[in-house]
Amino acid sequence: MIPWFWAAAIIFGVGGLWISFFVAPTDAQQGEGYRIIFVHVPASWMSMFIYLVMAFWAGLGLALNTRVSGMMAQALAPTGALMAALSLWTGALWGKPMWGAWWVWDARLTSELILFFLYLGFMALQAAIDDPRRADKAGAILALVGVVNIPIIYFSVKWWNTLHQGSTINLNKAPSMAQTMLWGMLLMALAFWMYSIAVALMRVRAIILERERHTEWVKHAVE
Amino acid sequence: MQWNSVGEFFAMGGYALYVWGSFGACALLMIAEPFLARRRLSDVRKSLARERLADELELQQKNS
Amino acid sequence: MNAFLATVRRDLLLALRRKSEVLTAVFFFVIVTSLFPLGIGPEPVLLKKIAPGILWVAALLATLLGLPRLFSADHVDGTLEQMALSPSPLGLLVAGKILAHWLLCGLPLVLLAPILGLQFDLDASTLGILTLALLLGTPLLSLIGAIGAALTLGVRGGGVLLALLVLPLYIPALIFGAGAVEAHSAGLGAGGHLSLLAAMLALAGFFAPWATTAALRVALE
Repeated sequence: MIPWFWAAAIIFGVGGLWISFFVAPTDAQQGEGYRIIFVHVPASWMSMFIYLVMAFWAGLGLALNTRVSGMMAQALAPTGALMAALSLWTGALWGKPMWGAWWVWDARLTSELILFFLYLGFMALQAAIDDPRRADKAGAILALVGVVNIPIIYFSVKWWNTLHQGSTINLNKAPSMAQTMLWGMLLMALAFWMYSIAVALMRVRAIILERERHTEWVKHAVE
Repeated sequence: MQWNSVGEFFAMGGYALYVWGSFGACALLMIAEPFLARRRLSDVRKSLARERLADELELQQKNS
Repeated sequence: MNAFLATVRRDLLLALRRKSEVLTAVFFFVIVTSLFPLGIGPEPVLLKKIAPGILWVAALLATLLGLPRLFSADHVDGTLEQMALSPSPLGLLVAGKILAHWLLCGLPLVLLAPILGLQFDLDASTLGILTLALLLGTPLLSLIGAIGAALTLGVRGGGVLLALLVLPLYIPALIFGAGAVEAHSAGLGAGGHLSLLAAMLALAGFFAPWATTAALRVALE
């Protein structure tokens, strides 16, 4: 199944890149610099969405006491952290030419940074606990506490300072950007999705083999 | 098509550093991460295979 | 309820027998807030502006100091396991321990804050708001911190890990706490900030002992 996701990621990625560099017109205000949006927005979406998925698996693991869900959460965390890091990095590279500063303390940037810290905390906690069952459960509690806190953190940071441009995609109003740009962004988002699924499945495979190495089926599986 | 030359494409209307910096970082990390995950998987497989081999050798020694 | 009060009383007694531990957090708070003017310079206008932020960050770090001790001693000598097995619900006992932590590490900070605020040339009404905000905010810090303390119980490098886990979750308290004082100085009124702080306290008061209990049970398995 993993090769299919890789193939889909590459197809969507190539399509998205084609649109983002050759089809989408130059922006009137931001020139060519706006093309960063085609990686920045998908990375930000994924970083938030992966945290939700991770918390979902974590909650499932706590409620039903299944082993795989903890492993899924553990496999998703590094990819989520990577997406958050990419989102911050591309955001900084976008901010420098547009706002004249690498970093401004506005609501979205700050909450993305905090999300990145939450990922790091989750990974550090899992790495620090030797017993995998305990690590899963402790991580799950932390992920759920984080998910309750994310909206609170987001709104508090938003209250604290808002300088960022308004949301570029607004479901109620007509999209404030060209149709082709939207398509490019959606394709890139799909590519990021497929990529995340593929890499998380790959990692979960390694984790399962590591953890269940003393069981019979694993010994047979590697024949 | 809006690019008249390859040079113009790479210049990105003066935003080359920023645009290529973001796309480059994404490409780099998104190639590196699967590579690391793959290595982790093959490491586990190798160590499992070694373990299995050790078990078999032990069994042979017992039998002989 | 008796078990709750007994836990509070016991933790207070234990802490008062080892006074140095309680005093460390208080001294830390005093020294950190006094270091800032030395680092920034003695301009009254600037100091007045950054005072709420400094006092809040210092309070945040000072409560963090006491957190690793919240459960570790009881974990080491087996008291925690006895608590988990006792007929009264563990959540209640945990709530008692959190309250004791606040009385020892939070309340002294609230009482000291107006005096330290004088160093920054804050006027009386601002000092009042600052104290009120800390009074609502420090229990929130203790509640959230307890979750982190339970999660890192008996874990390698627990202290640093605890800071990494808890500090991001402290951000809303910091924003609204320091924001209340700033809004008051700007003449906007601190009511909104304070009521949001109170709402978060109510929410945390309900959920945090519960999450802490779950985390403790995981640690005790």
